[in-house]
Amino acid sequence: MSSAAETAHHGHAHGDASHGGAGSHGTLKSYMTGFVLSVILTAIPFWLVMADVLGDNRTTSLVIMAFAVVQIVVHMIYFLHMNTKSEGGWTFLALIFTLTLVVITLIGSLWVMYHLNANMMPMSAHDMQHHMPAR
Amino acid sequence: MATHAQTVLSPGEAPEFHLAEDHHPEGSTMLGFWIYLMSDCLIFAVLFATYAVLGRNYAAGPSPKDLFELPLVALNTSMLLLSSITYGFAVLEMERNRQGATLGWLAVTGLFGLCFVGIELYEFAHLIHEGATPQRSGFLSAFFTLVGTHGLHVSLGIVWLVTLMVQVRQRGLIVENRRRLLCLSMFWHFLDVIWIGVFTFVYLMGVLQ
Repeated sequence: MSSAAETAHHGHAHGDASHGGAGSHGTLKSYMTGFVLSVILTAIPFWLVMADVLGDNRTTSLVIMAFAVVQIVVHMIYFLHMNTKSEGGWTFLALIFTLTLVVITLIGSLWVMYHLNANMMPMSAHDMQHHMPAR
Repeated sequence: MATHAQTVLSPGEAPEFHLAEDHHPEGSTMLGFWIYLMSDCLIFAVLFATYAVLGRNYAAGPSPKDLFELPLVALNTSMLLLSSITYGFAVLEMERNRQGATLGWLAVTGLFGLCFVGIELYEFAHLIHEGATPQRSGFLSAFFTLVGTHGLHVSLGIVWLVTLMVQVRQRGLIVENRRRLLCLSMFWHFLDVIWIGVFTFVYLMGVLQ
């Protein structure tokens, strides 16, 4: 932590605010890298969908989802300055915990509701007799 | 902060203890704010899950393909992305202790944010005018809730931004204001991360269906 040196350098006390938590808030280069990558990672999915490049909806969906994941990682690293070290690793731990909850929420909801929908399909009387075991 | 000076104890004087909060006040604030953002992330996760479940219940109403205009969404996305990078510039100027430049970039960020909210409101008004109101179908309820919550976050972020600009103008780039600006920076970039999910899952994949 270089806060003491920085305070001395600037000559007046802004204390340890200048280090925030992450130790750095990025440089112009890292911000620009993040920005350029984000523009590319945004433009390609829009192009894929608007020009219907791949022709197949399912493939396109998977590809743009992959682009979204990559872009989220880019934002995390270059804009939010995430790393495994900041705050003694606590920010990263909180992120992992949150991601776990997000995945459970999303996949769990989709899985349960899909089966609920599939099982609640309106059935004809004939289907009812066919599907329901006699008691 | 100012009372941090070491007081030389004269014999018989009770030693003065300072609370532990003096040790790393900035660090704990940033971590606390990060944990807030993570909880906000859970709110959005639940709204995304709701949209994923209800997103195809059109109730014989309009579907995403009928409603969404991707050029408008692309414009909106670029507004938010540009506001992210200009906020980055503001933080860099803050690090260099240049108050005027910091305020300038913050103002630019606020304008991009306003453009984003403006375009979104235009889109909402357009949808409602076409009869695609939140009450129309499960899909539209989930859509307006998810995208509206994000837009509300951005709007409140702009209010926060203006407040901080006034604070910086009045007090300068003091420790507290730097900390606040860094918190808002995380909030702002976080909203851009959420928007990646929105334009991918709601708009692009909606049009694909």
